[in-house]
Amino acid sequence: MSTSEAVVALERVAVTFGERPVLREVSFRLEAEQFCALIGTNGSGKTTLLRAILGFIRVQSGRIDRAGGAIGYVPQKIILDPGLPLRARDVVALGLDGARFGTRLPSKERAARVQAMLRAVGAENFAEQRVGALSGGQQQRVLLAHALVRRPKLLLLDEPLANLDVGSTAEIVALLRRLSHEFGAAVLLSAHDMNPLLPAVDRVVYLANGCAVSGKADAVVRTEVLSRLYGYHVDVLRVHGRVVVVAAEARDESRTALERDPVHTIPVP
Amino acid sequence: MLHAWVVATLVAVTAGCVGFFVVARRAAFAAHALPLGAFPGAAAASLMGVNLFWGLAGFSALGVLVIGQLQRAGRREIASALWLSGALALGVLLLSLSGRYAQSVYGLLFGDLLGIDTTQMVVVAACSGLTVALVAWVARPLLLDSLSSELASAAGARAAALEFAFLGILALATAIAVPVVGALLVFSLMVGPSSAARAFTDRPWRALAIAVGMCLATVWSAIALAYLTNWPVGFFVGVLSALCYVVGRLRGGTAALAHVT
Repeated sequence: MSTSEAVVALERVAVTFGERPVLREVSFRLEAEQFCALIGTNGSGKTTLLRAILGFIRVQSGRIDRAGGAIGYVPQKIILDPGLPLRARDVVALGLDGARFGTRLPSKERAARVQAMLRAVGAENFAEQRVGALSGGQQQRVLLAHALVRRPKLLLLDEPLANLDVGSTAEIVALLRRLSHEFGAAVLLSAHDMNPLLPAVDRVVYLANGCAVSGKADAVVRTEVLSRLYGYHVDVLRVHGRVVVVAAEARDESRTALERDPVHTIPVP
Repeated sequence: MLHAWVVATLVAVTAGCVGFFVVARRAAFAAHALPLGAFPGAAAASLMGVNLFWGLAGFSALGVLVIGQLQRAGRREIASALWLSGALALGVLLLSLSGRYAQSVYGLLFGDLLGIDTTQMVVVAACSGLTVALVAWVARPLLLDSLSSELASAAGARAAALEFAFLGILALATAIAVPVVGALLVFSLMVGPSSAARAFTDRPWRALAIAVGMCLATVWSAIALAYLTNWPVGFFVGVLSALCYVVGRLRGGTAALAHVT
């Protein structure tokens, strides 16, 4: 796999927790400005994959190549203390230099960058409010600004659409789409429901059984591709504009996709 | 008396700076366990006839190591509780061996502010300056880590190292404050004013400054009231710290205060 233009490239990555394999030889690559959805059911290894890319988890085998530069990250299910005296503006500013030691005097340039980022994500109206007291959608915007303020080459978001209402979901997806182009960042966003994302994403990485298939959405989300990935027959149905993946026959729990098919990262054009 | 005012001022500034992060990181129990866990250190120093500070500092450092190691396998509260119970048991044994049981226990648990000499004042001044400098050095990563360890790690900070640094700072603050306000009351001085300060502002560094101001008001008032009434300083420190918390609640910070621990 060539990694010359990739912002991140995974090659045959495997992660095991104790005796339990979570990811098996996952391979895909992401380039600048690509907006990619990481789809899979709960427990399929999406968070593990993102944490492996971040370097939080050691991979047992394979390699992860990342281009230089910052990585922006919005974690899953973050609970912000409503008592913490920290405004939305402060959270974004911490994204700029929160990991640096030592004291730092306020500067106009720094304040301008924070203000510009608050504006970019539409968070100016609640910038002075305590971040723990904001709604879920507002917090997502603030965390997004926190992740983007250093202008990362790669933005990883773990289930950012969970617990959002339909309106907020659509707004966040549109915002991410716009910002990935505006900032030239590759975006990898995990979700268990692909429907809000499919109209917006350039690519899909679909995880099941610890294996991955990646490519354009139309090429990945197909009956024959996902059946091969799951290791048993599934139907991909389109109902009222929504995609539904349905297991069409009993699941064979005794054999894994790896055992059934040694080529478990399925190349899709 | 001058020594008491100077040392109380230094301890208040240190407690306010450290207390802000104790509350932000929901580490109130660790702030309780470390000073009490340093109790056998003071008892050992008393037994050997050396300065109590070194015994406190040694056992505070040991507490940091033990809690740091134990919490890798579980939660901070459990690690703190295990350390606390073991250290208290050892402290009781060492105090009984020293032959000065009642007097030593009282001094260690409630402090002896009026018994501070010039040497102790110099040590407290140096350690207080070091503690405040360390807090300033790690303040931003510590604040980001208090918001979310994952965000801090993604930004390049090492969450485990930050937690260790925080416990180290807490131990240093403890070693300074225990001879002054006592092992039982260090906790109240760190937690009461700092939790109340959260109700007065939405800005982090302003909240830290308010916490320091409240700690100063608490210890200065406590000394004055103790002088007027001849009651123990520690009593007034505890009561006034609790009063700070009540004032914070009345200020309307109910939501903020509910998340202290």
